Amino acid sequence: MTDNLASFPGGLVLDGQKKRSTQTPIRQTPLAKKLILPLQQHIGEASEPIVKVGDKVLKGQKIARAEGHVSVYLHAPSSGTITAIDEQPIPHPSGLSALCITLETDGEDRWIERQQVDDFTRLSQHEIRQIIREAGIVGLGGAGFPSYIKLNPGVHHHVETLILNGVECEPYITCDDMLMRERSEGILDGIEIMIYALRTKNCIIAIEDNKPEAIAAIELELPKRPKLKNTKVVAIPTRYPAGSEKQLIEVLTGKQVPSGGLTVDLGIVCHNIGTSYAIGRAIKHGEPLISRIVTVTGTDVKHAGNFETLFGTPMDELLAFCETKRHPGEPFILGGPMMGYNLSGDHLPVTKTANCILVGVDNAAPITKPLPCIRCGDCASVCPVGLLPQQLYWHARAKDLEKTQQYNLFDCIECGCCSYVCPSKIPLVHYFRFAKTETMNQQQETLKADNARIRHENRLERQTLEKTEKEQRQRQRKAALAATKAAKEKEKMLEQQHTDNQEN
Amino acid sequence: MPLSRLSSPFLSGTNRVTLQMLQLLLALVPAVIAIVYFFGPSVLITMSLAIVVALLAEALMLKLRDRPLKPFLTDGSAIVTAALLAIALPPLAPWWLVVIGVLFAIIFAKHLYGGLGYNPFNPAMIAYVVLLISFPLEMTTWLPVTTLSEHPLDFSSAFQVIFTGQPGGSLTIDALSGATPLDAMKTQIGLLQIPSDIVNQPLFGLFGGKGWEWINILFGIGGLYLIYRRVISWHIPVAMMIGLTIISSITWILSPETTGSPLFHLLSGGTMLGAFFIATDPITAATTIKGRLVFGAGVGLLTYIIRIWGGYPDGIAFAVILMNMLVPLIDYYTQPKVYGAK
Repeated sequence: MTDNLASFPGGLVLDGQKKRSTQTPIRQTPLAKKLILPLQQHIGEASEPIVKVGDKVLKGQKIARAEGHVSVYLHAPSSGTITAIDEQPIPHPSGLSALCITLETDGEDRWIERQQVDDFTRLSQHEIRQIIREAGIVGLGGAGFPSYIKLNPGVHHHVETLILNGVECEPYITCDDMLMRERSEGILDGIEIMIYALRTKNCIIAIEDNKPEAIAAIELELPKRPKLKNTKVVAIPTRYPAGSEKQLIEVLTGKQVPSGGLTVDLGIVCHNIGTSYAIGRAIKHGEPLISRIVTVTGTDVKHAGNFETLFGTPMDELLAFCETKRHPGEPFILGGPMMGYNLSGDHLPVTKTANCILVGVDNAAPITKPLPCIRCGDCASVCPVGLLPQQLYWHARAKDLEKTQQYNLFDCIECGCCSYVCPSKIPLVHYFRFAKTETMNQQQETLKADNARIRHENRLERQTLEKTEKEQRQRQRKAALAATKAAKEKEKMLEQQHTDNQEN
Repeated sequence: MPLSRLSSPFLSGTNRVTLQMLQLLLALVPAVIAIVYFFGPSVLITMSLAIVVALLAEALMLKLRDRPLKPFLTDGSAIVTAALLAIALPPLAPWWLVVIGVLFAIIFAKHLYGGLGYNPFNPAMIAYVVLLISFPLEMTTWLPVTTLSEHPLDFSSAFQVIFTGQPGGSLTIDALSGATPLDAMKTQIGLLQIPSDIVNQPLFGLFGGKGWEWINILFGIGGLYLIYRRVISWHIPVAMMIGLTIISSITWILSPETTGSPLFHLLSGGTMLGAFFIATDPITAATTIKGRLVFGAGVGLLTYIIRIWGGYPDGIAFAVILMNMLVPLIDYYTQPKVYGAK
């Protein structure tokens, strides 16, 4: 099955640490008393609440609607009462708060009426995308981009191949692995629907070869599906970051997505395994996206594993359920150890993109002050994009933002390979994020300054115009005045003449 | 749970600057043993002196520049600079030559440019060149392997030569010293001797200079270890050897009566030391893959040009420094293709 595979430059073979969380089957997280549901759990516009405080809602009922094109609906993960719609801390690296709907559960977990579709081919592609949008489905691999948009290639593109990403290349995370092992049927349901929606035939399910159980589970189910006769499982070599969309496409096809382009330019659409499972549930069972599998793992977790968790469940409840050595307020990682981010708040809710909660890692990066860069170039040799991190670092440190762009800063995918291998222990990615933010701020400043300048110029122009108009009007008035005056005088003269004549 | 960093990645590999420097020192061991075997134990004395002076100078400069002592004294870079310089110096170099060289390397070539990571030129080679220009006599007084076999130099007499200038007993330093094979080749070609005859003299061995060839081979083996342990990449040494081989083959084929063979050049003087340990210094070499090939080839070509047409017997140090100057340019024009670029 590993025939004709290409590879990407650089990358790392990392200690996967996957076994920590694959020893037990997926378990249900106990129903929390309070579910906190941020209105923005996806890329795009935040959803708009359609419930009021005090409303009783059922499990699966819509509580916020999509606002604009790049947006999705949000649903009540369980039955209960809306108790608040206000700002709450959200799981974001900034530590900021955002608008959330708080739902107090009643413990009955009563479903709303569900519309099941047995034969989805009776629906049009458009109808399927509508259902997926209304089911609140976004990419569950981490980005959270509304899935219905990625199932609509548009009239100008033909989709040759659908790629299902089950690579899961980051260490520690196993939620996709366990989903494939235990729910391959549901995943294939979703793939059938996606193939239909995209009007394509070919599908590749890509899985890293460190997950033989998942590969076996999918391969066992696949022959039973006549609709999926052009779908194949491809085991790809375990090398981080093979699960990154662009690198995965390079491994499978040997082609690179053009810089600034989309995968669909190559006739390829990529979706995550978890997303396909959610789509299967939404169409076949009428269940909107209200929960996901979350891996809870790490060196400080006693009962690591995967947990089917309702959105809005406070992460500290989930952590308490798994018994960790973490004390309240201490930081933990959301996501993987290579690309995740630090969170320290308690009561932060599980959202649609929360794939892994990580407490404690082996070989943690040291906090000691880094040594200077010795230009060994190890970072460049592991960069999967072909950047020169040592040069980018040099210019980012000097805040020479223009130079960082010449060295293609914005092509950096922040995979962290460079920081990982650095013998001086320089947090390179940190510098690159900083330079990116600075550049974007600067661009915004320039834009603002440009706008202000244009406004100012327009105003000057307007003022001159007004001035000339005023002068013109004044001149006109003067002329008119003079004319009337002259006319009056003439009249007067004529009158005088007339009287004179009369007098004569 | 002590969390490491503010932002990802939270994992870190085992590689450390100190570890790389230690590997490099380890890779020098076989060749240093050979140097002791052929030229006596004086290199060990020189090297110890150089390392002590280097660490003191490093500490002084860190103090003056208000930098933390521990991380920079333990990074191993000062020790590596001292060791490389000690190996490059003549075996009986007087103690003050060693001290001046090391001080110049650490204070001027390294710290005045900003310390570890910021020096554009290889400190050991800068020091070598400064000494060569300032003290040409002391810098070219080498020991021929042959005279040493007649008058073996023990530890105490080596010590005496280095610190007092005289080996003691009835021997004088002039009786011991002689030209290096590279030097001899150059002057005797100047006297219209033919290279194929010159190499039959006792100063020469199977391929290169007697003793020198084995030292070079052992530097090469140490270098292969460094490539195997990924401390250095193969690009610079291979490109340098190819560059040297190509230009020396051309001149050798065109006029065998005026130049040594390519093999002679590969295994004489500081070729292998330069290829694997000097030109590969990450701080001062090119960092892109293509850039390293250009850099290495440039060092190889320049080494040969200086050996044959320059005023000094060996050209490694000058070649490396000249190529160091071109590194920013080379790196800029040899950027790899970025993912998705046309």
